[in-house]
Amino acid sequence: MRYRFRILVPVLLLTAALLIAPVNLQGAAMARTSWDAKACGATGGTLVFAQADDAVSLDPNDIEDGFSVNIDSNMFDTLVRFRADGTQVEPSLAESWSVSADGKTWTFKLRAGVKFHDGTPFNAEAVKFTYDRQINNKHPYFPGAAPYASFSYQNVTKVDAVDAQTVRFNLSAPFAPFLTNMAMFSTAIVSPTAVKKYGKDFFKNPVGTGPFRFVEWVKKDHVTMAANQDYWAGRPCVDRLIARAIPDNTVRLLEMERGTVHVIDQVNPPDYERIRKNKDLVLFTGPGLNTGYIALNVEKSPFNDVRIRRAVNYAVNKAALIRAFYAGVGAPAKNPIPPTIWSYNDAVPAYEYSVEKAKQLLAEAGYPNGFSTELWWPNRARPYLTQPPKIAEALQAQLAAAGIRARLVTFEWGTYLEKIRNAEHPMAIIGWIGDNGDPDNFLYVLLDKDNAEKGKANNYAFYKSEALHSLLIKAQQVGEQSQRAALYRQAQVIIHNDAPWVPLVHAARVAAYRKAVQNYFPHPLEIRWLHRVWLAR
Amino acid sequence: MGRYLGRRLLELIPVFFGVLLVVFIITRLTPGDPAVVMLGEKATPEAVARLREVLGLNETLPVQFLRYLGRTVQGDLGRSIQSNERVLVELIARFPATIELTFAAMLIASGVGILTGVIAAARQNSWFDGVSMITALFGFSMPIFWLGIMLILLFASYLGWFPISGRLDYTIDLARQTNLYFVDALLARNWAAAANVLRHLVLPAVTLSTVPLAIIARMTRSSLLEVLRQDYVRTARAKGLTEGGVIARHALRNAFIPVITVIGLNVGSLLGGAILTETIFAWPGIGRLVVDAIFARDYPLVQGAVLVIALLFVLVNLLVDLSYAYLDPRIRYG
Repeated sequence: MRYRFRILVPVLLLTAALLIAPVNLQGAAMARTSWDAKACGATGGTLVFAQADDAVSLDPNDIEDGFSVNIDSNMFDTLVRFRADGTQVEPSLAESWSVSADGKTWTFKLRAGVKFHDGTPFNAEAVKFTYDRQINNKHPYFPGAAPYASFSYQNVTKVDAVDAQTVRFNLSAPFAPFLTNMAMFSTAIVSPTAVKKYGKDFFKNPVGTGPFRFVEWVKKDHVTMAANQDYWAGRPCVDRLIARAIPDNTVRLLEMERGTVHVIDQVNPPDYERIRKNKDLVLFTGPGLNTGYIALNVEKSPFNDVRIRRAVNYAVNKAALIRAFYAGVGAPAKNPIPPTIWSYNDAVPAYEYSVEKAKQLLAEAGYPNGFSTELWWPNRARPYLTQPPKIAEALQAQLAAAGIRARLVTFEWGTYLEKIRNAEHPMAIIGWIGDNGDPDNFLYVLLDKDNAEKGKANNYAFYKSEALHSLLIKAQQVGEQSQRAALYRQAQVIIHNDAPWVPLVHAARVAAYRKAVQNYFPHPLEIRWLHRVWLAR
Repeated sequence: MGRYLGRRLLELIPVFFGVLLVVFIITRLTPGDPAVVMLGEKATPEAVARLREVLGLNETLPVQFLRYLGRTVQGDLGRSIQSNERVLVELIARFPATIELTFAAMLIASGVGILTGVIAAARQNSWFDGVSMITALFGFSMPIFWLGIMLILLFASYLGWFPISGRLDYTIDLARQTNLYFVDALLARNWAAAANVLRHLVLPAVTLSTVPLAIIARMTRSSLLEVLRQDYVRTARAKGLTEGGVIARHALRNAFIPVITVIGLNVGSLLGGAILTETIFAWPGIGRLVVDAIFARDYPLVQGAVLVIALLFVLVNLLVDLSYAYLDPRIRYG
């Protein structure tokens, strides 16, 4: 008995020590994150992923296109990050954070001992530097455009490096989506030493803290990255990561069939079957974080009449569009936000497809014989709009059946955006891809009266509802997610009743990869984080 | 000759200014604000305003043009709006891919085209003549996009003889000095890389060569037939030369003038990039660069690329003109 105790006491002491020592608490915290739960079954090898285009820039603070985001996100970290399986956030470069009672000050405790790929220690100064260089276009290291800065740092007035491991963000007003924004690629922390060393050429000499470090960039061909062996969350599973640019969808698939590429994006819907039949390949489809819709310009007659707007909603057969143009893998939309986003209000009834109801509403509104108008469509395929001309023609035919004779009008992408921002359209097909998984990113940005100013609008319906505005502003300011969700659910009811849009579709996210690729989950945000992916031999 | 050359080179200067002005005006007349295009659906008003300021788009057009002119004369083509890269660096990185592809395609087109044309002319109305000229018609009217995909499916995907796309396998290390990969491989005495580069070149070069090949074959045939009807050829034949000897020694050289013109024009236009071929084969050439830049309203990049393409076009035409004097002794430049 005594003998036994002699062993037990040290064991107990050691256990207690393990439990209270801060270093081990940190270890426990690390194991809790969703990414670390994905262990590497094997290490080594080269993983090749191919997308339709190359990165525009390897500076995460200076990009807005998905191709760049997919590449840069593997070399850089953010303060917090999206969970491996969803759009909630968890610790990353910041281990913990707190927000002041008035909701205007956010304080982040930073992970200690993290180094950038060039050896520069990661600290609060680097966080402040990353913010300062983006927000001030007179900053000596302003990255060129910083297209996302005003979005992701919305309401932020100042960043203070309190001490090496503590950084404080000061906001002009409480802003609930702030924390999710700190997980966005645009706020990824760059090495100040490297930015100062390379100056304007940092975009091709990227240095971050991420799981992969930069090796080589042959423009419009490929970017090569190598495993960061000292990555704070453990080395990535593969030794090398190569991102190839292969513009043609068919050719990209052929490369994967041959085995020269492991993971691809954007598959032509008619090729889905071909992939499903191939025993070496996997086709993934899941709900997407996007909405394709028709914006009805409420400032233009007859769309200033809610009955007309509802009639248009009844006249559209969404299921037929999805069968014909989305290979059946999209979801019909009834709300502006996709069902993958929290606060989605499933209780909102859809305007079912009914030519009868559409005609009846038109007659009530004084148009028994229908009316003539224009349907604008963008001449560029987007995830939410796979085949623009065909979808536009199908919608034209559907509307005509209800008596709405729409002439099709299109412009090249840049011009199109400018013109619909100027409210020149009566009806315009457009869409939105979520940036951060927050409802505010759809509802406030696309439907609030604040964003309906001609020439600058994102609210292409030019819909101005005071009732909606007060809900959306309140939802930005309350901290509790459950309270926010309740407000957003109400907001969706108002939008449904006023019908400024015809929500069309939430296109599925589609990815294909080889069977040998393990641990790969195409993220709902459609960003390719590949550090926990490993290759089976 | 020297004076002629000097004059032609001096003519490049007005061409240079003309191109600068025309491209500047056209890019500005095209609707679409680069700031808006660049920021896409996500643009916030502040971001657009800030970007316009950064890009200097708030200046008046004459001021923008003079600034641009001043910089260009000093050899500074500015920075790409989209990537922030120096335009010159961007062009230097991308042109070699186009030059390599153009060269390979024109080698095939000229070699096969001239040979076909000569045989077809020598055996006018034979089965070879008929088949080759009908094939040429097909080659000329074939959609490049379809042909490229078919070649990939058959020779790369199904038979596995060639790589599917790209310029070089990523498994091969090659020091890129000139960015003409074949030249780089030779410089490095890396024979495996050289072979790999050639294997990558075959399918896109064949695809790209079809249209010029068809034109060259038909042009060679008709031009040679015309020459063969001339008096001096009859004299040569009367002297007892074989038909082969007549063609090789007397007729061919004179028949070449229109053929060289066609080759020159094709080289010139291919150097402007071949957007379809580049897209199918994931070839990082100048065609995709220009098209992407136009869609992005990347003014400095469009201006720089068009300027260089125009100058190259003029230079190629100059070379063609000079070759006339070599081919036909009656042509003299003084």
